[in-house]
Amino acid sequence: MSTLGQIGQMARRSILQTLRQPAMVIPPVVFPLLLVAINAAGLDAATKIPGFPADSYWDFAIAVPFIQGSLFAAINAGTAMARDVETGFIKRLAMTPMQRMALLIGQLIGVMTVAFFSAIVYLVAGFAAGMDFKSGALGVPAIILLGVLVALGFAAIGAYIGLRSGSGEAVQGIFPLLFVFLFLSSVNLPRNLIEQDWFRTIATYNPVSYLVEGVRSLIITGWDWEALALGFGLATAIAAIAFGLAAGALRTRLIRT
Amino acid sequence: MSRFLDVTHAVAWRTIHNFTTNPAFFFPSIIFPLFFFTAFAGGLSNVGNVPGFDFPAGYTAFQFVFVLLQAAAFGGVFTGFGIASDFEKGFARRLLLGAPNRLGILAGYAVAAVTRALIVGALLFAVALLTGMRVTGDGVDLFGLIVLALLVNAAATLFAAGVAFRTRTIQAGPAMQMPVFIVLFLAPVFVPLDLVGGWVHTVAQVNPITAIVEGGRDLISGQSFPARVAFGLALALPIAFSFWAVRGLRRAEAAG
Repeated sequence: MSTLGQIGQMARRSILQTLRQPAMVIPPVVFPLLLVAINAAGLDAATKIPGFPADSYWDFAIAVPFIQGSLFAAINAGTAMARDVETGFIKRLAMTPMQRMALLIGQLIGVMTVAFFSAIVYLVAGFAAGMDFKSGALGVPAIILLGVLVALGFAAIGAYIGLRSGSGEAVQGIFPLLFVFLFLSSVNLPRNLIEQDWFRTIATYNPVSYLVEGVRSLIITGWDWEALALGFGLATAIAAIAFGLAAGALRTRLIRT
Repeated sequence: MSRFLDVTHAVAWRTIHNFTTNPAFFFPSIIFPLFFFTAFAGGLSNVGNVPGFDFPAGYTAFQFVFVLLQAAAFGGVFTGFGIASDFEKGFARRLLLGAPNRLGILAGYAVAAVTRALIVGALLFAVALLTGMRVTGDGVDLFGLIVLALLVNAAATLFAAGVAFRTRTIQAGPAMQMPVFIVLFLAPVFVPLDLVGGWVHTVAQVNPITAIVEGGRDLISGQSFPARVAFGLALALPIAFSFWAVRGLRRAEAAG
């Protein structure tokens, strides 16, 4: 079987595994939307702060599910990899002529498929609630692409941890840490409106801020090339580094003896 | 009565011992509330400048009350996780066989949850005061706030225990956690009720947690408030969930 065929088989396996477990599909879609719906109402008063960049907090906050859904992608990819280690699937795979990378790429394609459909759901929910989408029709594929790229980066991080630790519990343990990165960013207020200096500093150094701002810029600003360059650039860098680490971890796991 | 107290003491001691000696249980309980406090009070402090936001003790104290009540509630939820885990390991079934008074098992877990809430609450208070939180209420007000938090803890513990006794698996964790999380966040979390917009405003008006959160905020800032409503609701919740938990315990007994 060709490498592409192997990747296709592994991607199919990953997608089927995900679809057969509602717990891997529903939380990444429903939970971020629920949280943004609550926060949008709870923090709508924040739009009255002078300099707030949107008339509606919903428009400002709908970018968050794209990133929060990616955190779930990290957990799903990591847990799936850890399960493959725990159940011995990877060891059995090592005895076959299959390309190592087919497993990793296939797994990530499965997670990205979920991220793709999640992004569509977020957009539909956003439009249904009256989102004023400033970047127009071309912004739709751009925001989906950025959402999927962010999901790829986080999923690769999850896969790396799953492969390194070989433990589903360890993967679940990083979820709070990822949430820390999310909340200590410009997720709730623009960085220039964060009053506390120390918090603004952390948010400025936190790459998640730029991922959120990249997605958000397409909704509330239009085509802000700087925000998009930072968003796409950082998402690509995170994905490349994490994929390299995950590939290294997989190589170690699949050493043929 | 002495048999009830013996079982309560044994279960409470074991649960508290596990919580305080196992870093995997202890640190998340401490770090999560501190993190939420940091993210909300630090990251959103500018929300305190919104026109109409008039809270005398400042935004840090405003958020502290919510985080304290949230930490108390999640202390109860985590205790529910512990009960479910005890069932998965087979310990709870042996406990049901060995305990001369099974209500003592539920009471033991509840005592442990209260102790857990007191430890986490004390640390949260210390950090908040060290980071400059202003408290304009007096000692009696603060005592009232602590009582509110403990009643919320009891309600969450009894709710989560009821779920854990019925399902007897840690996979039911989301069924314990999500309702508590959602009910808490459907209260006025970031701004006073008057400034909450949209559908959440409507829901928050009928959410019992709203009166408890607002009562807590009035206490920390020394403002007058409808104490009977806040404390009445805070007391009614654990009483109602005690029936849920005891019936759950009976189901676990029947399941063998």
